[in-house]
Amino acid sequence: MDKLSVSLPGLDLKNPVMPASGCFGFGREYSQFYDLSLLGSIMVKATTLEQRMGNPVPRVAETSSGMLNAIGLQNPGLEKVINTELPWLEQFDLPVIANVAGSMTEDYVEVARHISKVHNVKALELNISCPNVKEGGIAFGTDPQTARELTKQVKAVSSVPVYVKLSPNVANITEMALAVEEGGADGLTMINTLVGMRLDHKTGKPVIANKTGGLSGPAIKPVALRMVYEVSQVSSLPIIAMGGISSAWDVIDFISAGASAAAVGTANFVNPFVCKEIIDELPRILNELGAAHIHDLKGRSWKVGEIANHRA
Amino acid sequence: MIKVEKMKIEQQTEIAKNIYEIRLKGDLVSEIKMPGQFVHIKVNSANDPLLRRPISISSYDKREQTMTLIYRASGLGTRELVNQTDEIDVMGPLGSGFPVETAQGKTAILIGGGIGVPPLYECSKQLKAKGFNVIHVLGFESKETVFYEAAFKELGPVYVTTADGTYGTKGFVTNAITEFNLQADVFYACGPVPMLGAVEQQLSHMPGFISMEQRMGCGIGACLACVCQVNGPEPYKKVCTDGPVFRKGELVYG
Repeated sequence: MDKLSVSLPGLDLKNPVMPASGCFGFGREYSQFYDLSLLGSIMVKATTLEQRMGNPVPRVAETSSGMLNAIGLQNPGLEKVINTELPWLEQFDLPVIANVAGSMTEDYVEVARHISKVHNVKALELNISCPNVKEGGIAFGTDPQTARELTKQVKAVSSVPVYVKLSPNVANITEMALAVEEGGADGLTMINTLVGMRLDHKTGKPVIANKTGGLSGPAIKPVALRMVYEVSQVSSLPIIAMGGISSAWDVIDFISAGASAAAVGTANFVNPFVCKEIIDELPRILNELGAAHIHDLKGRSWKVGEIANHRA
Repeated sequence: MIKVEKMKIEQQTEIAKNIYEIRLKGDLVSEIKMPGQFVHIKVNSANDPLLRRPISISSYDKREQTMTLIYRASGLGTRELVNQTDEIDVMGPLGSGFPVETAQGKTAILIGGGIGVPPLYECSKQLKAKGFNVIHVLGFESKETVFYEAAFKELGPVYVTTADGTYGTKGFVTNAITEFNLQADVFYACGPVPMLGAVEQQLSHMPGFISMEQRMGCGIGACLACVCQVNGPEPYKKVCTDGPVFRKGELVYG
């Protein structure tokens, strides 16, 4: 197992695999299938200051090799998450990454201040990239100056390292990465969903009540991979990558592109065992590739010299 | 306990136009608790279609470890399912079904619309076994999509309606309930949401149970895609885990 252990700011991970926020609830449902302590970490559902009911239905629509969703950050609110959900997760040997969301800067700061003090929360994921809410979310994640300032303010109150979740819905993702790095971010998580749409063939109207939704699943993997590849070469921050990961080879691809760890999203809906299966499969692949540790493969897509060494 | 299992396909037959009956065998059947529960099926091993498909359990036989599902081959996923002959990846049983064990009264009326008809079959069988008189009102689009009429007739009277009038009473299930002045102590309904709202309004004088349908992501309560609006302190409930069966009066029809 040692060949999979990964050390990141605030996070000593048994392995680099974790469920992505919004795709695993607070873990209760998936704990019916396997021991969550097997996971490297868990990125729990976004938490806002007050309870949120989310968007009207239909909230999901399938697309070719993907899924559109517009859940709208439905969650029970900070108080219930702190008093009920996070204590429940303490039964597992599992560092928690709390996803922090809000409508305005003060909301983010308040959630971060309190949730970062919870015992098993070892890092925050700042959600400035949700495409499905009218206020907050993506509005913070598409303007570098706003993202930098928000990161700075959250960082000032957080008791644990802060990772910022980048939106792919920007012209230049490296600019966003560098902006939050300047703001004091300890790491990046990337990418969130891509804004998309599906129309009903017969009526011509959007299938999702919100009209647009966030595209996830295997369809977005090439986009995510390209963005991790670009950002990892200009930013010194560690990256937890997500975007269409559904196999151990997908994890290897993202590590090769420069990520330090990987999160699995939509694939959990298709196969509830997918995270466990990936963790079980990774050592075999490392042996096949002749890698003593998973991070021996980190960034090999752009480290030309090291690729040659591996081949030798 | 929820299982994920490759179930053997014992038989697959087209029983009406684009309506298929599939019989599956496997350990998962031993976990079914009540009629009205559903399973989540991965229709092939590819990424397209990506998500599982929720399909209600029409009947089951724990001794034989078999269950029968009935589905309409109308979309990409269900058309893929038609092509499967050997085994299929099934997750379930999911959700809570019709509470037959605690049913009160002598006569039950079961009302189904289209692909909402199947789960009522097991419900009817169990109510009948419990000593209930069971009345069935089954609504379809047209004559060529009618199925299971004979099977339901073995359990009690059947009133069929078709929207185009090509068979049975022309119109909707609510038309037949009025036309034949059907009375009961409790009702069980499953079908399209507008039908459920109309039935609930029409039968507001008796207790009843409604099986709700909604677009679904994970099927186990994590993704929050399949919520429905309810009366009460929490405005939403999850169809996949809080339902799909709800008590009359719980749901808010938009």
